[in-house]
Amino acid sequence: MLRYITRRLLLLPLVILGVTFLLFFLTQRLSPEMRASLYVKDPRQMGSLEEVIRRYGLRDSVFKQYGRWLGNVVRGDLGYSPSANMPVARAIKEYLPATIQLAFVTILLVVFFGVWFGSTSAVHKDGWQDIAARMVSVGGFSLPIFVLGLLLLMVFYGKLGWFSTGGYSFHTDMVIHGGSFKTYTGLLLLDAVLNGDWRVFGDVLSHLVLPSVTLCIGSFALMVRVMRSSMLEELNKDYVRTARAKGLPETAVVYKHAGKNAIIPVITLASIQFIRLLGGTVIVETIFDYPGIGRFGVLAAQQLDIAGILGFSLMVAVLFVIGNLLSDILYTAVDPRIRLD
Amino acid sequence: MLKNRIFKRIFTNKTSLVGFSLVLFFALVALFAPLLAPVYNQNNPYQMPQKNYQIAPQPPSAQNWFGTTEQQYDLYYGVVWGTRLAFKVGVTVTFFAFLIGLFVGGTAAYFGGKTDETLMRLTDIVFAVPSLVLAMVIAAMLGPDIKNMMIALTAVAWPSYARLIRGDILSVKQRGYVTAARTLGARGPRILLRHILPNSIYPSVVVASLDIGYVVLTAASLSFLGLGAQAGTADWGQLIAMARNWVLGTAQNPFAYWYTVVAPGGAIFLFVLGWNLLGDAFRDILDPRQV
Repeated sequence: MLRYITRRLLLLPLVILGVTFLLFFLTQRLSPEMRASLYVKDPRQMGSLEEVIRRYGLRDSVFKQYGRWLGNVVRGDLGYSPSANMPVARAIKEYLPATIQLAFVTILLVVFFGVWFGSTSAVHKDGWQDIAARMVSVGGFSLPIFVLGLLLLMVFYGKLGWFSTGGYSFHTDMVIHGGSFKTYTGLLLLDAVLNGDWRVFGDVLSHLVLPSVTLCIGSFALMVRVMRSSMLEELNKDYVRTARAKGLPETAVVYKHAGKNAIIPVITLASIQFIRLLGGTVIVETIFDYPGIGRFGVLAAQQLDIAGILGFSLMVAVLFVIGNLLSDILYTAVDPRIRLD
Repeated sequence: MLKNRIFKRIFTNKTSLVGFSLVLFFALVALFAPLLAPVYNQNNPYQMPQKNYQIAPQPPSAQNWFGTTEQQYDLYYGVVWGTRLAFKVGVTVTFFAFLIGLFVGGTAAYFGGKTDETLMRLTDIVFAVPSLVLAMVIAAMLGPDIKNMMIALTAVAWPSYARLIRGDILSVKQRGYVTAARTLGARGPRILLRHILPNSIYPSVVVASLDIGYVVLTAASLSFLGLGAQAGTADWGQLIAMARNWVLGTAQNPFAYWYTVVAPGGAIFLFVLGWNLLGDAFRDILDPRQV
């Protein structure tokens, strides 16, 4: 186990180097003038592009340039992003917490509704609940999140006006940038609680409803399936029969005995899905204009903002690799029968 | 025997039958696209006709069966030719990704040792970023175009096939008949091509071909983000992106432009649903524990 973790940790920088080099190599297709933005700290510098190109050796070989970029990254300098109108490092610091918050709320929805629908479906196998849950699950797999997102916008924003787009309302914007609101974690939900400002909390939460419901659909569909089959498997085991034979009420048998074991695969799946959600946020944040890292990445990609693209990919790769490692470790922690080597 | 099992499973199970019918339906639409929606621009049949240059979408009418979307592009034409484009993208990407995966996975499994380690770490690198994000970044750098989009999608799709094929070959490599062939004096390439590949490739081929739905979904996501097809191309993702400006409708009627989302959205939903249902059927067939 320890050997496995060390091996993976050693491979981690290798993988991240590989990803960034691959993308850096692709950027070489663009002209040195476009790539100069990687090194420009201030838009006013754009006037003397030729000087920037010469100073940073943008006509050097890929390897030399990559080494230089890496050196900057190590020093915490990711370049300036014209699409976000701020340095990439600051953009990431500003947008990442919002995305983590979104993914966290989404995974709570996924686990809660996934376990609920999945176990109901298993308990009433072949009943209407089962058929309904299975239909929702198959449908959820096939419904693209951008279609669902637009439909939800149409109904809940256009027609009913319950929720709106963006990350928070104008009032909240004034409060959090007003000076008296202290930033502890960058996660607005948590900060609102720590500041004791429930109005901000409610506002931020209401802006999270549509994006997280949209984002959860695919993972939710998967979760229903996994929970259903896991529960069905447990319900057929001997200890469940014993529990029933000794006269325990059905709810105790299902939720206390079988449920506890059936939920193991769900927990591990949830940890993997949490990482997967980071990919989906790209679309969801674009639809709902949610100020997260996904929207930042899309804007950077659309406007060919190379510094933004590289910084975004680097950050996603780091998160993804670490997340996958953690979920592997969690896997063994929850189910001791699994051995990693 | 496998063939019998496939037919039995598909035609006795209702959901599989629905999946099969959906895929067949879309395949027919793609095949007969020129008959269903006569080509408008001979040089580029995927170019959608524009009724005029008015901006606001128009509801379905006798002339435009599904209505028109932003800038008067005909939705019916877009959905029909979008089907053809979806098959073109899905089949091309899957085919090339599978070919690359076969080559990389096969080389890794056959040579083992350092080659295996190097190639598998290469797949790790591509796996280290969510496929949509990586495809998005690659497509952005190559520029918005259908061909570039297909390159980006292929670049992110091959590693999963490489892993799959490597695993299959490694398990077949251990079988008795491979050892038997080796003792009889057969040489490396012959063993690989005549004994190992034919016995390990079919499950992967099936898995890969069922991924067409997923590839089309990712392609649509890219187009939706403006990193795929060029403006005016009959592409589902792009039609949905165009609908984005109109989902809120008018002040009096919030659902005024519902058809701009529902026509392309419905097409892509049913297409992916069909492939998913078919995929479930084949997973059951290929999983020996189920039989």
